[in-house]
This record gives sequence, C-alpha cells and structure tokens, in this order.
Amino acid sequence: MIISIASGKGGTGKTTVAVNLALSLHNVQFLDCDVEEPNAHLFLKPEIHSQNIATIPIPQVDEALCDYCGKCREICAYNAIAIFPGKENARGSVLVFPHLCHGCGGCSLFCPRSAISEIPREIGIIEQGYSGDIEFIHGKLNIGEIMSPPLIRQVKAYTNPEKTVIIDSPPGTSCPVIGSVRGSDFCILVTEPTPFGLYDMTLAVEVLEKLRIPFGVVINRSTIGNRSIDEYCRIKNIPILMHIPFEREIASLYSQGIPFVREKNEYRKKFHDIVRLSEIQQMVYRK
Amino acid sequence: MQTRHAVDSGIALVEDTMKQIAIISGKGGTGKTILTASLAVLAENKVMADCDVDAADLHLILHPDIREHHEFRSGKIAVVKSWLCQGCGECVTACRFDAISDNFMIDPIACEGCGVCSHICPSAAVCMEENRSGEWFISDTRYGPMVHAALGVAEENSGKLVTLVRQHATRIAEDERRDYVLIDGPPGIGCPVIASLTGADLAIIITEPTLSGMHDLERVAQVARHFNIPAKVVVNKFDLNTTNTERIKQTTKDKGIDVLALLPFSEQVSRSIVRGVPLIEYGNGQIVKEIKMLWEKIKD
Ligand code: SF4
Ligand code: SF4
Ligand code: SF4
Ligand code: SF4
Repeated sequence: MIISIASGKGGTGKTTVAVNLALSLHNVQFLDCDVEEPNAHLFLKPEIHSQNIATIPIPQVDEALCDYCGKCREICAYNAIAIFPGKENARGSVLVFPHLCHGCGGCSLFCPRSAISEIPREIGIIEQGYSGDIEFIHGKLNIGEIMSPPLIRQVKAYTNPEKTVIIDSPPGTSCPVIGSVRGSDFCILVTEPTPFGLYDMTLAVEVLEKLRIPFGVVINRSTIGNRSIDEYCRIKNIPILMHIPFEREIASLYSQGIPFVREKNEYRKKFHDIVRLSEIQQMVYRK
Repeated sequence: MQTRHAVDSGIALVEDTMKQIAIISGKGGTGKTILTASLAVLAENKVMADCDVDAADLHLILHPDIREHHEFRSGKIAVVKSWLCQGCGECVTACRFDAISDNFMIDPIACEGCGVCSHICPSAAVCMEENRSGEWFISDTRYGPMVHAALGVAEENSGKLVTLVRQHATRIAEDERRDYVLIDGPPGIGCPVIASLTGADLAIIITEPTLSGMHDLERVAQVARHFNIPAKVVVNKFDLNTTNTERIKQTTKDKGIDVLALLPFSEQVSRSIVRGVPLIEYGNGQIVKEIKMLWEKIKD
C-alpha cells in the first residue's frame, strides 16, 4: 500500500505525521519527495548506504553535422534552443539553455541530420539507506535548480510495492505535489485549524478529488485556532483521522528532531488505526 | 539637453529608491504571511505582491477588493482525436513523461506539453491545446494596492505566474511612485522561490528554531547567495527552543547574515489569523514591539 502525506499549506506537520506513522508500522519504505526541502532524515536519522546523482538528459549538438535548419528550435516547446545561422564566412551555432530544457527528447528525435545526442545534466542527488528497519530514500534538489518534478519521479521509481510505502510530499498544490501523490492508494492531508489551514486544505482537497485518490485529514495543533476544519470535514463527509493537540512537549521534541511517538507511546496505536481507517476508506471509495 | 538630463536622472532616482523586499522561508508555515501582513501595515506607500501562488493566504488577512481580473495561460497540453488515431503506439513510446496510456488516452496532469507526441503521430491525431492554468488579480486593500494570483490546482508553471505577479507589482510601484514592493514568497527553494527572489533588494528569511527550520534556512540562504540577494533572518517562536536559537544566531553570524529579530511564541498569532487581521493591529506586547523594531531596521 502506498500512503502519501500532503498539505496545501507548508509547516502544518506533514513530516511529523509521516515520520511518526512510519515508526508505528512494520515493513515500511519511506520516500521523502519534498526534494526542495527534505527534512524527514533529520528525524529518522537514516544510515545512508548509497548515493546516486540524479540527472535529466539534455541535448548536445554536433556542429560538424548540423546545418542550422532550425527544426530542433521549432520542436522545442520550452524555448530551450536558439540558432544563429551562419553568414557567408562565419559558422553558425546552436545554443542550448540547459535550465529551460525538460529533457523531452524531441529535438534529438527529430533532427533531420542526427546531429543531436543527449548528455546527462545533474539536477540533484538521491540517497538511500536504513533507519532501523525502515528503508529510507530521499532526493535533494541542487541549489538554484528548478526541475523538481523529474527528481521526484526518480525518487518514486524506488517504490517497493511489497512494503507499506510512505511518501512525504512537498507543500502546495502544483506540479511537484501532484507528482508525489499520484499513484497513492490513500492520502493523509495534514492541516491546522486556522483560516490559512482551511483555505489551503480546500485547495489540496480539490487536487485529490481531481486525482481520484481517497483521503482523510489529520488536524495538527488542534487546540489552537477554531473549529472550522472539523465543520468543513463534517459537511464534505471527509473522515478526520486524528487530532494532535498543541503541546509544548510535542513542539519541543519536534524542534530537537525527535519523533514524538518515541516519547509518547500511546500515539503508536493511533497511527496504526489511521492505516486501518485508510483501508476502509479505500474500500468505500472503490464502491 | 540639460532638462532632459535632469528628467532622466529623476527617473533613475525614482527607480533607485523603490525597495523590493521578499519574505521567504524555505520551510513552510514559519510565519511568512503573518510578517508580510504586518509589514504591509507598517510600511508607507507600498505595493503588496502575494507570490505564494500555490497556496495564497495574504488575501485572508488583507481582504482585497478585486479591481482587475486576468486569466493566466501557460503551456499547452496534448489531446488525442480518437477518431483519427490508428493505434500505432508511436506516441506512447515517444512520451518521456508517461502521460499516454496503453489505450492512447492522455493524462492531462502528467502531460508536460512538450509536443513530441503531436510531432511523431503519423495520422496527425494529436493536437496541442492551450492550457488555462490560473488567474491573477490587481486589487485594492486598506493598506494599498496588491497583486495576487491563484494557480489552478494541479497546474505547473507557478514560476511563470510568480514572475507575472512580480512584474505587475513593480509596474504599479513605478507608475504610482511607491517606495516598497512587499513580496510574500512561497516555501521551498525551487522555481517559484527563485522567481520571487530575482532582482529583490532584500530577502527576509523567516525560520523557527527547529532542526527542520535550521536545515531549510541553510538551503534557502544558499539560494539567496546564489542569486546575489542580500539576506537577513528572523527567528519566529524563538523561545520554543533557545538552544537552537543560539545555534541559528551563531551560524548566521559566521556567514555574515544579520538576525533582524527574535519573535516569541504567541497565541495571538493564530487568533489574529482567525480574526483575519494583521497581527500588528490585533496584538500587543513583545511580538508586536519586535516586528516594529524590525521594520525600523530595514525600511531605509
Ligand atoms: S535540427 Fe539538427 S540540423 Fe537542424 S538546427 Fe537543430 S541540430 Fe542542427
Ligand atoms: S530535449 Fe526537449 S526540452 Fe530539451 S531542448 Fe530538446 S526539445 Fe527542448
Ligand atoms: S505533449 Fe509531451 S508530455 Fe504531453 S503527452 Fe505528448 S509527449 Fe507526453
Ligand atoms: S501516434 Fe497517433 S495514431 Fe499512433 S497511437 Fe498515438 S495518437 Fe494514435
């Protein structure tokens, strides 16, 4: 089963829920897909066994073969190629802007003179290891890099369907989030009971409805703010999986990078129950 | 010639004095919007730009009256005309984004609009259609004009929409000779963050004294440095872990980054959000005093 943890708004406790859930279950694979700001390792402190450089293919033009016909520029939907045709005695040139290239392969496929080959461009790294018996994988986007969706796809390629896969997704509602939660059997939305939390959650709900992924809500810091989330979930018939009250102890454990189930054992059972609830929800959803 | 020159330098002067301040955080939920809304009250003669187009929240505090409403289109998306498709499967093999199913249906969410399928299809069965991916607004608030946006859910290209919001906010600031553009940035370090930062005069990074906060601060500070944007740090809820706060002070000092303010944890913050008013107008006490002092430090 693949369970993803998401939240429209950042900082609501996504990683906290993901990590504590992982620690409460057996046979878990943990994928941190928040490649811009991966944090789960700060809590799970995995021992890293392997490091792989993540790349996307970008074109390399062999100017000895190229006749500056312009086909590649025409094909490229992202303006990643510019062509300066040659003048009488000066050679032309083809310029590739690596940061704009999505690696779609179109230019090399359609170059009539087979002048384009592909070379890898580094966008980040993927690290794999273990935290106890939890298999841990995360991606780290390079600084100044904008291509997070391909890195997320590459992290997700590690998915092992034999295990309970827990995916910590990035905040928001756009591309990177979709890439992370897509294909999950169930999604846990983590929110907090303020108008920000509510508004951002309604956006996340829209995403999940669009993707047709069954989901439930965890209300974090439930004792601060108002009851708007409970109300909203009641009206929309969304299951509330758990309330986590605001407690200085939880906040303080978090600040030190200690998952709170280590100190508060009673929560392990609650996280267990979430999984059972999610199984029921999936069955209901299929009908 | 003389006058012309004076006019020229006059314009240069106006442009020079406009200050663009981006409030960013790396990690989400550290209090970016709260701080932006409070600065919106304190700063005189400014324009607000909500660049967290993924999960825009500033409007919940500043309550804008929408003056102009525009559609944002970006990119294309592939559509198969099934009556022309012969089922050769060329498109499925060519698509690098797994966006075409084995029965030749396109998943609009996975499609990146590269157009390879439409070029390769021997029966010209794939066409590329415009993708409507969001809206953006120019609004009035009690505190001045505000440019904001809503990216359609499940859409890409928030970077482009952020750039659009920024451009219009700067244009208004130039036209109306406003002194500040206050940018509420998105979390993370990716495309939309880079778009929020580019060309800003100052980045205020707001963080919290947690391991995650510290880790993300480090990464986002690197991004600011990478793009040569001067950065200053605000530690929110500093009293939740004073040991970590000290560590943040030390590491930022080592890197030559100023800590502008330490904001204490206060329940007034979430109450002000529930009320939908800027903290600075709702609350009192230490946190409000700190934010006012912070503004005095950066306003010139
Ligand atoms: S399509 Fe090939 S031959 Fe034509 S300009 Fe591009 S690289 Fe050169
Ligand atoms: S691989 Fe695709 S995106 Fe990259 S340059 Fe070629 S056509 Fe453009
Ligand atoms: S446009 Fe590109 S991404 Fe979209 S379906 Fe066609 S080949 Fe795939
Ligand atoms: S390439 Fe064209 S004809 Fe072939 S399967 Fe795709 S859409 Fe159909």
